[in-house]
Amino acid sequence: MPRHDLPSSEITPESAWLGRRRFLAAAGVIGAGLVGTRALGASGLGAFARGGERQGQQNALGTPYGLQPYDAPNAYDDITQYNNFYEFGTGKDDPAMNAQEFRAKPWTVRVEGMVKKPGAFQLEDFLKPSKMEDRIYRMRCVEAWSMVIPWRGITLADVLKRAEPTPGARFVEFTTLHDPKQMPGQRYPVLEWPYNEGLRLDEAMHPLTLLATGVYGKDLPNQNGAPLRLVVPWKYGFKGIKSIVRIRLTATMPKTAWNIAIPSEYGFYANVNPEVDHPRWSQATERRIGMFRRIPTLMYNGYADQVASLYSGMDLRRNY
Amino acid sequence: MKVLWGLTRQPRGFGALLLIAAPVPAVLITYAILGFVFGYADLLGADPVKTGEHLFGSWTLRFLLATLAVTPLRKLTGWNWLAKHRRTLGLFTFGYASLHLLTWALVDVQIGISELVGWADIKKDIFKRPFITIGMTCFLLMAPLAITSTKKMMARLGKNWKRLHKVIYLIGPLAIIHFWMAVKLDITEPAIYGAVLALLLWWRWWDARRSRLANA
Repeated sequence: MPRHDLPSSEITPESAWLGRRRFLAAAGVIGAGLVGTRALGASGLGAFARGGERQGQQNALGTPYGLQPYDAPNAYDDITQYNNFYEFGTGKDDPAMNAQEFRAKPWTVRVEGMVKKPGAFQLEDFLKPSKMEDRIYRMRCVEAWSMVIPWRGITLADVLKRAEPTPGARFVEFTTLHDPKQMPGQRYPVLEWPYNEGLRLDEAMHPLTLLATGVYGKDLPNQNGAPLRLVVPWKYGFKGIKSIVRIRLTATMPKTAWNIAIPSEYGFYANVNPEVDHPRWSQATERRIGMFRRIPTLMYNGYADQVASLYSGMDLRRNY
Repeated sequence: MKVLWGLTRQPRGFGALLLIAAPVPAVLITYAILGFVFGYADLLGADPVKTGEHLFGSWTLRFLLATLAVTPLRKLTGWNWLAKHRRTLGLFTFGYASLHLLTWALVDVQIGISELVGWADIKKDIFKRPFITIGMTCFLLMAPLAITSTKKMMARLGKNWKRLHKVIYLIGPLAIIHFWMAVKLDITEPAIYGAVLALLLWWRWWDARRSRLANA
């Protein structure tokens, strides 16, 4: 059972930060050749610095949303070299290895379906009217690991308002590029390609829902879903569809990639919920990348105050 | 019978080499996991806990398959001196399985370390999650094999020793199922290990049938 009544001082995995710092100190002695250079970058130092330094670092990276006292942005290298993007392979380091040849420019995004103003937009034109923001969000993977990521992007609400949904529109469907030549993972039928995701229109219109174009103030690396990806911080990471080419408004619930693959394990909603276990593992706690000690998983990943009302009256055990 | 490459006797130093090489992955993985926990080394990528845990699991399977490969290899090559290394490989299989289990319990789930994880969670993990139940079963079935691996126990158990150690033919498939159920979607790796296991088991069946026919 999750225990949320713990004082945050007890769950603050300070030892992890200290550990990394000790490692950074030791790295000089042992030699970078042996220990690798992954965490030696400036971003690595910033990510594991503590207290006031950490606060300062955060402000430089963007506005923090829903962060806990123990949350600090993960190292740039962890964010960009350890992730799931099955279009480039199923291993965590496959995307960084196999996405280098991917061409994210030029890029066209189609907005279609139940909108008054459909269209196909060059990415620059698609982004131009919206305010670009830097926001630091928590990210919880359904596999029970998590990160804190400084995203750059625009709100999906802004895009949808411009497209003017028609009264019957209730859902938004997103589709990833389908191009097995560039995306080698799509040559194998691991998931049904192209990857599809969906949100209810009110979820899509929520001010926390982002269309991200960057991380750490830089353009998204290919492996993280360049040039345009979805970020819904209160849902499990797989909802964050990458390399989006189509946004379609519909009246019916869209089919989503992981739900098609294993419906008993991955639902349409996929809201982070410590009370509802994945059939094969507990969702009550998580391991934060870069930290040793487990931390509690929070209802809606810590965004309950902002989003819980979207689901009032819903049976979250059935609508997982 | 013809002996491959004329190796009727064990090449000099083979036993020592095996004893030195077999624990190398364990030492490296342990060093790297503890390096993450205590912050002195950063060798296993962004998630050293999962990576280390999975590496121990993979090495367990490799040693299991190596143990099961001894007899077919011995009969196909005529290298009868391989036989005496079967126990060593079997014990290393158990050793790697223990490290895999220990990493899961202490570093991943953090039993007794994280105040967020109680016994109720562990019980649920072991009894309600089939892939963990199966993994645990494999370990429990392996333990008596390791305990009875001494010459003394062999002598004491007599005929029953062979019977008992046939359990390995159950542990093998269970270990593959455990791996198969643990992966999210991409079953390539468990399928490869499973194919090798199937080949080794098939050879035994084929060999037994052949000798039955020859004796008939």
